[in-house]
Amino acid sequence: MNSTLDIMLWVVVPYVSIAVFVVGHVWRYRYDKFGWTTRSSQLYENRLLRLGSPLFHFGILLVVLGHVAGLLIPESWTEAVGVSETAYHAVAASLGILAGLCTLAGAAILVYRRRTVGPVFSATTRNDKVMYVLLVGTIVLGLGTTILGNLTGDPHNYRETVSPWFRSLFYADPQPQLMAAAPLGFQLHVIAAWILFAFWPFSRLVHVFSLPLGYLTRPYIVYRSRDDQLGNRRPRRGWERVG
Amino acid sequence: MKIMAQMAMVMNLDKCIGCHTCSVTCKQAWTNRSGVEYVWFNNVETRPGQGYPRTYEDQDRWRGGWTLNARGRLRLRGGGRLRKLLTIFSNPKLPALDDYYEPWTYDYDTLISAPAQQHTPVARPRSLISGKPTGITWSANWDDDLGGAPELARHDPLLRGIEDKVRFEFEQTFMFYLPRICEHCLNPSCAASCPSGAIYKRSEDGIVLVDQDRCRGWRMCVSGCPYKKVYFNHRTGKAEKCTFCFPRVEVGIPTVCAETCVGRLRYIGLVLYDADRVLAAASTPDEHDLLDAQRDLLLDPTDPHVRREAERAGIPHDWLDAAARSPVHALINTYRVALPLHPEYRTMPMVWYIPPLSPVVDVVRDTGHDGEHHTTLFAAIDALRIPVDYLARLFTAGDPEPVNQVLRRLAAMRSYLRDINLGREPDESIPDAVGMTGEELYDLYRLLALAKYDERYVIPPAHAEQAHGLEELATECSLDYEGGPGMGGSGPFGETSGGPTPIAVENFHMLRDRQKADRVNLLNWDGRGNPVPPKDKP
Repeated sequence: MNSTLDIMLWVVVPYVSIAVFVVGHVWRYRYDKFGWTTRSSQLYENRLLRLGSPLFHFGILLVVLGHVAGLLIPESWTEAVGVSETAYHAVAASLGILAGLCTLAGAAILVYRRRTVGPVFSATTRNDKVMYVLLVGTIVLGLGTTILGNLTGDPHNYRETVSPWFRSLFYADPQPQLMAAAPLGFQLHVIAAWILFAFWPFSRLVHVFSLPLGYLTRPYIVYRSRDDQLGNRRPRRGWERVG
Repeated sequence: MKIMAQMAMVMNLDKCIGCHTCSVTCKQAWTNRSGVEYVWFNNVETRPGQGYPRTYEDQDRWRGGWTLNARGRLRLRGGGRLRKLLTIFSNPKLPALDDYYEPWTYDYDTLISAPAQQHTPVARPRSLISGKPTGITWSANWDDDLGGAPELARHDPLLRGIEDKVRFEFEQTFMFYLPRICEHCLNPSCAASCPSGAIYKRSEDGIVLVDQDRCRGWRMCVSGCPYKKVYFNHRTGKAEKCTFCFPRVEVGIPTVCAETCVGRLRYIGLVLYDADRVLAAASTPDEHDLLDAQRDLLLDPTDPHVRREAERAGIPHDWLDAAARSPVHALINTYRVALPLHPEYRTMPMVWYIPPLSPVVDVVRDTGHDGEHHTTLFAAIDALRIPVDYLARLFTAGDPEPVNQVLRRLAAMRSYLRDINLGREPDESIPDAVGMTGEELYDLYRLLALAKYDERYVIPPAHAEQAHGLEELATECSLDYEGGPGMGGSGPFGETSGGPTPIAVENFHMLRDRQKADRVNLLNWDGRGNPVPPKDKP
């Protein structure tokens, strides 16, 4: 039998977070396209950014790939193609720790830069600060859990607890007992992540969804017809142009 | 053949006195906001000089514009699509704020709030970026009028290789002013560099704009533009650029910079071009042929075939008429005195310049010769290699011949018209020497010296003017504006909810109509009689 706390933490919180994440993004896109930007601070400072930003961004892209593989691909699939749990874990842990360290190092440089470079610091909003705490907190918890777990010599196989629980959320058949059985480190990391996801659509992190892959295929020069109206107001109903 | 119309500009550099009125009025109209304090959509540079941002023309360093690869294909100098995406997290070629300048204000409050003291309080400069006290060490026109030229002007990228030949001693140098706005290129490399596809060229009038709702602040456009005329708003995180004052141009009035130009040196008009041939023209192998390729791209608006094709392409009739009267087309292709800025960037820029004859005239006059006589001037143009070479590096990818031709035409015009003004028999050998007729030379003079407002600015209004004009009629709820309580529309929260605030477009014609209508104007009232003009009895 699941305790109320377990249901709260491993069913209610995830669903609320997913709902806020999805609806929040739709809302933000509809109402605040103008605010949807990377808000780059490169103009203020470039020396630290040139080092920290690629380190962080490429690192976290690898981390995301690792999470997709670890959470969405069932253990039975990898075993079916002949990859043993030990082999899988060795590869996942080493690549994951490497990517995680890159991400954390990049984030550390960026946070240091944000705090010490005057113009960058004064361009930092309260929203940014909350975002940094959530993001770096989640990364530290995840990386810490992985490293400490491996140091014990008997790392927890999250593909028997966290992953099936995560997938169960999307089958609309949540199984909180799986997650409740996971070690504390994983639990904290997961909770931090859900808070981060709920905050995501209201932060500058929305720029993740602007990764401009369309650039690879579109023609170089974009032509667009002037809107029907002058200035940038839509014509009033009944005053639309003919032809 | 796909004919498109392009709103273009010509600036006559001989008339520019470097007063910066265009820059200031442009700034007041468009960039007097926080986040763009350092931004000048229009700036005026003294040449020789470093320009704004510093040494922006050094494409070995900034890698803006296009270049040809080994196979002769056009590609972005800053690298292709994949490279752009791989460097998206830290743009390697973004000018720093230092390359523009650190914007500042003054601590004016000290002047009135300082305690009583022996010395007069001073308003110290404060950085608008960090808010801290700052020293002013650079600005958008720090080297104005060759200020600091012995040290600063040597870093002008165009002087590379001829530094030792250009003297910066006050008496021996030459200089002129170069006002610059966005070039609204036919082949804009900023648009090509934009990963989000937010920069677009308007198909009606060719104005290049940044869609503020689509821009995600990747900053690749800033690097891509070889003229560095796209700027990053550090407050909103979006790119911004000169809009060719589209809200004004759409109702048929010129840009703010042109309207307020003291020297009346700007011309605005339409040119027609064949969009299908742009790529081929921009890929011309020899840099020196780019000028002619660009001239050839512009079509003759009086050619019946062109007009027929243009009508088929949906260009309205009054636009074709405006294109036929366009002073810009006349200066570029009829009189062939206007040249594009840096054609070697292969962006097909659409702000053209009439190079200044004054550096040559000044030298001739200083030597005691007749600075208005054509033979002296022709000889001087041939002899004064340095100003001509320098102009060639600006306007013709370094080929002095087209610059020579333009300067000779300008010299011929002065000489020919002096005879007419002095009541002497005009010397027809002068226009002959530059391949023009006397009548053409006179027309050129008319256009350059006498042309009135409606000849300098031939701007057909956009074909939505009806809708806009009607917008201000009181036929609807006055609260029915975006975000207003009367907000109507079909979306769940109103059709236009969350959209941008409309730009306050002052409709010139409508304002005038309203002023002419029943408005009481006390400005001209002498205090006697009724200030309200009597209405016509029905």
